[in-house]
Amino acid sequence: MLPLFQSQETIIGEVLVEPTQGKKFEHNGIKIELLGQIVRELDVPGELYERKTYPFEFSTVEMPHESYNGVNVRLRYILKVTIGRNYVTNMVEYQEFVVRNFTPPPPINNSIKMEVGIEDCLHIEFEYNTSKYHLKDAILGKIYFLLVRIKIKNMELEIRRRESTGSGPNTYVETETLAKFELMDGAPVRGESIPIRLFLSPYELTPTYRNINNKFSVKYFLNLVLVDEEDRRYFKQQEITVYRLLED
Amino acid sequence: MISDVAQDEEKWLAAGIAGLQQNAFYMHRALDSNNLRDALKYSAQMLSELRTSKLSPHKYYELYMRAFDELRKLEMFFKEEARRGCSIIDLYELVQHAGNILPRLYLLCTVGSVYIKSKEAPAKDVLKDLVEMCRGIQHPLRGLFLRSYLSQVSRDKLPDIGSEYEGDADTVTDAVEFVLQNFTEMNKLWVRMQHQLQYHPIFILTRLALCLENVHFASLGSCLPLWCYSACESFILLADPVLRLAIGLSGLQGPARDKEKREKERSELRDLVGKNLHVLSQIEGIDLDMYKDGVLPRVLEQVVNCKDELAQFYLMDCIIQVFPDEYHLQTLDVLLGACPLLEPSVDIKTVLSQLMERLSNYAASSTEVLPEFLQVEAFSKLSNAIGKGSCVKKLSGKGKITDSKATKQIVALLSAPLEKYNDIVTALKLSNYPHVMEYLDNETNKVMSTVIIQSIMKNKTCISTSDKVEALFELVKGLVKDLDGTLHDEIDEDDFKEEQNSVSRLIQMLYNEDPVEMFKVICTVKKHILTGGPKRLPFTVPPLVFSCLKLVRQLQGQEENPFGDETSTTPKKIFQLLNQTIEALSIVPAPELSLQLYLQCAEAANDCDLEPVAYEFFTQAYILYEEEISDSKAQVTAIHLIIGTLQRMHVFGVENRDTLTHKATGYSAKLLKKPDQCRAVYACSHLFWVDDQENMKDGERVLLCLKRALRIANAAQQMTNATRGSTGSVTLFVEILNKYLYFFEKGNPQITISTIQGLIELITTEMQSDSTTPDPAADAFFASTLRYIQFQKQKGGAVGEKYEPIKV
Repeated sequence: MLPLFQSQETIIGEVLVEPTQGKKFEHNGIKIELLGQIVRELDVPGELYERKTYPFEFSTVEMPHESYNGVNVRLRYILKVTIGRNYVTNMVEYQEFVVRNFTPPPPINNSIKMEVGIEDCLHIEFEYNTSKYHLKDAILGKIYFLLVRIKIKNMELEIRRRESTGSGPNTYVETETLAKFELMDGAPVRGESIPIRLFLSPYELTPTYRNINNKFSVKYFLNLVLVDEEDRRYFKQQEITVYRLLED
Repeated sequence: MISDVAQDEEKWLAAGIAGLQQNAFYMHRALDSNNLRDALKYSAQMLSELRTSKLSPHKYYELYMRAFDELRKLEMFFKEEARRGCSIIDLYELVQHAGNILPRLYLLCTVGSVYIKSKEAPAKDVLKDLVEMCRGIQHPLRGLFLRSYLSQVSRDKLPDIGSEYEGDADTVTDAVEFVLQNFTEMNKLWVRMQHQLQYHPIFILTRLALCLENVHFASLGSCLPLWCYSACESFILLADPVLRLAIGLSGLQGPARDKEKREKERSELRDLVGKNLHVLSQIEGIDLDMYKDGVLPRVLEQVVNCKDELAQFYLMDCIIQVFPDEYHLQTLDVLLGACPLLEPSVDIKTVLSQLMERLSNYAASSTEVLPEFLQVEAFSKLSNAIGKGSCVKKLSGKGKITDSKATKQIVALLSAPLEKYNDIVTALKLSNYPHVMEYLDNETNKVMSTVIIQSIMKNKTCISTSDKVEALFELVKGLVKDLDGTLHDEIDEDDFKEEQNSVSRLIQMLYNEDPVEMFKVICTVKKHILTGGPKRLPFTVPPLVFSCLKLVRQLQGQEENPFGDETSTTPKKIFQLLNQTIEALSIVPAPELSLQLYLQCAEAANDCDLEPVAYEFFTQAYILYEEEISDSKAQVTAIHLIIGTLQRMHVFGVENRDTLTHKATGYSAKLLKKPDQCRAVYACSHLFWVDDQENMKDGERVLLCLKRALRIANAAQQMTNATRGSTGSVTLFVEILNKYLYFFEKGNPQITISTIQGLIELITTEMQSDSTTPDPAADAFFASTLRYIQFQKQKGGAVGEKYEPIKV
């Protein structure tokens, strides 16, 4: 269980230092830092004889990026308390917390509509109701079969996450299929329209992250896959934007 | 190999059932411990067994039924959950998380059913969502069963009027829409089963080889590069679609055996589709208007558009069976209008006969519905439908219904109004009634005609106007004339007589008191019967003649011709008609009958004081006698009729009468056999002595006739003697004696006591002669004649005095 914050929030807390029962504890100063960002001095060098609590506060901290735990990249927020000591190594304690940033519904959210196919063989038109989905959203849509001359066995909708790290020649891309959702069973004929309704909540999605600190990106794709009777897969991939909805 | 397939199928079914039971077991455990998540997980796994493609419909059904039972338990659980406060809406979403579509949709339908029951959302919305989502199953067999499940769980939850799920003003429409949509989709899936290509690997390979040469790589233009292909199969990327196209276009079909098998399998599934129509028929809120404007056209649209023989036949039958008769009656034109649009191979006659069976039963159910039949012109619509070119072709090559069942139905249908109205008159108003009859074969047509006539007879219905008569004859024309293709040889003589007798009885039922209308009736009858041909005229002309004569008598009874002018009905006109009619009969030829009728007419003309007419009839009769009647016996009969009739004629002037009597006596004397001659000649004596007419008492010529008769009797006697060696009977003499006595009594002065006395003696002598063959009948005749004389003598008075001198 980690504490959860969002950007602009004030991080208030206490650091409790308790010397071993009945012993004197000498230190070179105590500080707390929000890693990579801010340092606060909690105490000047001195001695502690008993338990002492140091309140701290980082006011309205900018935390534009969400915590993220990916395959090749992690984005973490950590509080680090350092008790400096002479002659011996400093005592260091970490406390991680999680940042999630909520966004209001996007003002523009067009549907995705596209006609695709293989000439004289298979023409379909698919439509997803929007291009941006919040994490508890449902993907609604339809697939129209305009021309079918192959025997389709089934059709599914995949949700794929593509995490790319690094840049230039050192880019690493990891693609995971998070969901395989069967949309259709059997071979449709021309004129059929197949409904899509995929609830996103069961899947562990994150918002889309684009070029975070020039370090990494996480993107989501809907992959429509048609499988024919001989298990050949025909697919069309379409990026969607995932966001964390700011609820009232 | 086939048994292998069967064995394999058993194995697959067993495996399916085992998998289903195992997951059901875990599901039960989850249900018992109220573990919703596990319940959903295991139920989805259980339902995954239904994803199989390996089972025939029959076996698949077995598997489905097991799943169905388990789903009932799950539904109970969902209900409990909802009662315990679990949001049904959340539950409705939760089941949709299942990754596989088939289990997902079964679960969705199950929760949907609970959702509707909870009334947290309008039934129509849930139903609409369910039926829409089910589109995801495009596999015919699985789709049919899924939708059948949907239909099953929703049938008691339709937002029908009066249902607890009733919604807003359009609630019935919503219910109907739902059922119709499910029906349409199910039918499409069902039809698709028939046309599914069944790929057989080897078959395809050969096809591929053939197609390879025709592959056009260029056809994969740049405009459609949107599809990517799995990298490992990139070599197929280009070739494959075109190949598949070629295969698709060439319409690969499995061998004929497969087709048969598929048809059989499809028939097993038909009730799944038909059940929707049944559900539709159970919707209380569908009134006639809605049925007419919304339901039926939509159903028919699907039936017609599916272009599948099996489906069309089955569904038409379904429609006829499930919806109420009164609806059929009111939508006949719509229903019938669809018939010509069906595939040519559809057995329309059976469909129509089912419809007719329904309608005839309906008509028979109550008299009250018959006005409806009239109102909607049921018969005309039916006949139109049957009559439409395309339909006729379907009915049979000849345009006649040969199917015995259909025939029975038409007979039943046609008989219904007769029985119900107890009055053919109403049926005659049904202008297309006869057109329906046209589609019966000739035999049945006759049966139907007989039924109609019997109805008239039974109810003593009087058909009183020429229009009705016209209509009636149109109905019974099977009896009145030869229908196309009838061969006389085929008809049993007795049956034919029976038929024609019924027609003649019918003619006598056509009567109107108004002479003008009656004349029209007669003209109509004449027109029809004259088309009957030589075999029928002898049966049909006599009743017509007597109908005419009846009318003549009626007119004659009236002081003045009420109409006055010549164009109207007068006896003269009737006689003209009679003349033509009998002439037609005489041409048949039927000389004896014609002669009788001429004489009958002559007598009627006599009563009307139309001498020329009467004379003409006699002339015709004589001509027939001279030219056509050659048989001796017939001649004898005819001559006596002539004499008898002529005797009663009083219209003739001297000249005409002389001519006719002269001829008659001449014919008499020329008969072949002496006894016949003798009898005819003495009968002629009456021509000269009409009792109540003073100017017709020519005693001399009477005596001449009698003397001539005696001479002939004598000659006859001698002839017998010469040929047989014994004298013939004295019967002729006794007969002549009786004539003498008759005229004597009537006061003919030429007949004297002595001639009578002489004749008595002659007879007595003859009888005592050895050579006379004993004839007890003649003896008795003579004895009673003598007794008569004795009796008259004893009576006294003027007659007694007259007889007194005769010695016996």
